[in-house]
Amino acid sequence: MKRWFLILLAVLTLSGCGYNDFQRLDEQTKAAWSEVLNQYQRRADLVPNIVATVKGEAAFEQDTLTKVIEARAKATSIQVTPETLNNPEAFSKFQAAQGELGSALNRLMVVSERYPDLKANQGFRDLRVQLEGTENRITVARNRYIQTVQEYNVLTRSFPSNLTAMLFSYSTKPNFAVQNEAQISAPPVVDFGKK
Amino acid sequence: MPFSSVARSYLAIKSVAFWLWLGAAILTATPGPAHAQAVQPVPALTAHVIDATGTLEASQKAALEAKLAALEAAKGSQVVVLMLPTTAPEDIASYANRVGNTWKIGRKGVGDGVLVVVAKDDRKVRIEVAKTLEGAIPDLAAKQVIDTALTPRFKQGDYAGGLDAAVDQLAALVKGEPLPPVSPVESRAGKGSGDGFQLWDLAILLFMVLPVAIAVIKRIFGNKLGALLTGGGVGVLALVVTSSLVVAIIAAFIGLLFALFVNLPTGGSLGGGGRGAGSGGWSSGGGGGDGGGGFSSGGGGDFGGGGASGDW
Repeated sequence: MKRWFLILLAVLTLSGCGYNDFQRLDEQTKAAWSEVLNQYQRRADLVPNIVATVKGEAAFEQDTLTKVIEARAKATSIQVTPETLNNPEAFSKFQAAQGELGSALNRLMVVSERYPDLKANQGFRDLRVQLEGTENRITVARNRYIQTVQEYNVLTRSFPSNLTAMLFSYSTKPNFAVQNEAQISAPPVVDFGKK
Repeated sequence: MPFSSVARSYLAIKSVAFWLWLGAAILTATPGPAHAQAVQPVPALTAHVIDATGTLEASQKAALEAKLAALEAAKGSQVVVLMLPTTAPEDIASYANRVGNTWKIGRKGVGDGVLVVVAKDDRKVRIEVAKTLEGAIPDLAAKQVIDTALTPRFKQGDYAGGLDAAVDQLAALVKGEPLPPVSPVESRAGKGSGDGFQLWDLAILLFMVLPVAIAVIKRIFGNKLGALLTGGGVGVLALVVTSSLVVAIIAAFIGLLFALFVNLPTGGSLGGGGRGAGSGGWSSGGGGGDGGGGFSSGGGGDFGGGGASGDW
């Protein structure tokens, strides 16, 4: 009788202190992170095709193209494991590399506007659509990751589950940050005065 | 001395509670309105075709609606067209994704939904495809639908024609995909498969709350009337909880029997039962007509950002 009572007590405290919530959310963040990686991989896989198509265009700005190739090489060379999630430094390094690839691709797309032949090329247009879809998916995947991590971090820091976190040394997980935060948060300068 | 310390600690607890309350009030109050102002609200999902711009004529709207309802009846997939003036300040992709994930169109457990968003004043259109249908409608196919069906006609101001052609193309793409067949229960009431869990809630309700309620009602209204009221009440409650007519009728009947037999009446239980079932059926019927008229989301759609956008 007493033993049953103790077992019941143990179960109740374990579920009350959020241990199971930690496990559930930990798995959820891992799954959300895998989805983010999945979409980044999809983008990286698109790049060689885009590069090949653009290369066909004579006299395309070599500088822009090389930057994309380099950024892709850098982004794919970083080994990502689930442990990356618990290592803020590796996480931000990975983020920086992906951000660089994103902006290099963005620049490539902007520059490509200046080449009418390229714009009319059906293959390039298809790749453009795929790239756009992939960027959208990355945004969605990142959003979901952010939400899951938020939930996990709130659980880690709020009472009483923070005691459990302390006991099992669970720490908050890193979240996404934009690369150019200062640039974005500065209000845009609008000047109608001089031309 | 002990009294004053108790009083002081009581006061301390009270002030802590006050500050907690204040903090919670501030925390919950501030983000709400700010968030609501920042982005366009998600409209209520009332039909397959929702036109907030008043562009489509009633007959065109009805024709589109019929087409989409036929597709849902045949294949189960839910395609919804939403027209609105603008998605500002969001771009159309994130707005469409937000709407899709709020509505969750697509069957439960299958998640086959497609959302077509037309932002008329922005001159932008997007086909947002749920994850399940990303194979049937890849981004390129969605883009092609936009380029061949929507934008040429939209340029001429022929919105109904463009949407009609787009719906035809999308339906053809969806029909090419092997999806689970439509089951009659699912197509009739979109929430069919969600009942299991709620039935469990209902069971708890029946066995814990009901005896007390029955005792009170019977004391007030007498034996037979009390039983009838209990049956009807349980039926209405079940309808509200599960929004399923069948469950509501069953619950009403069980509630009635329960109420009648709780203190073993001397006779007439059969007659009371018959009338009670009628009352339960009537009350649920009123509610059922309310929910059965419109179209409701299957609640299974998961939108991961697939699809394509275009402008005209």
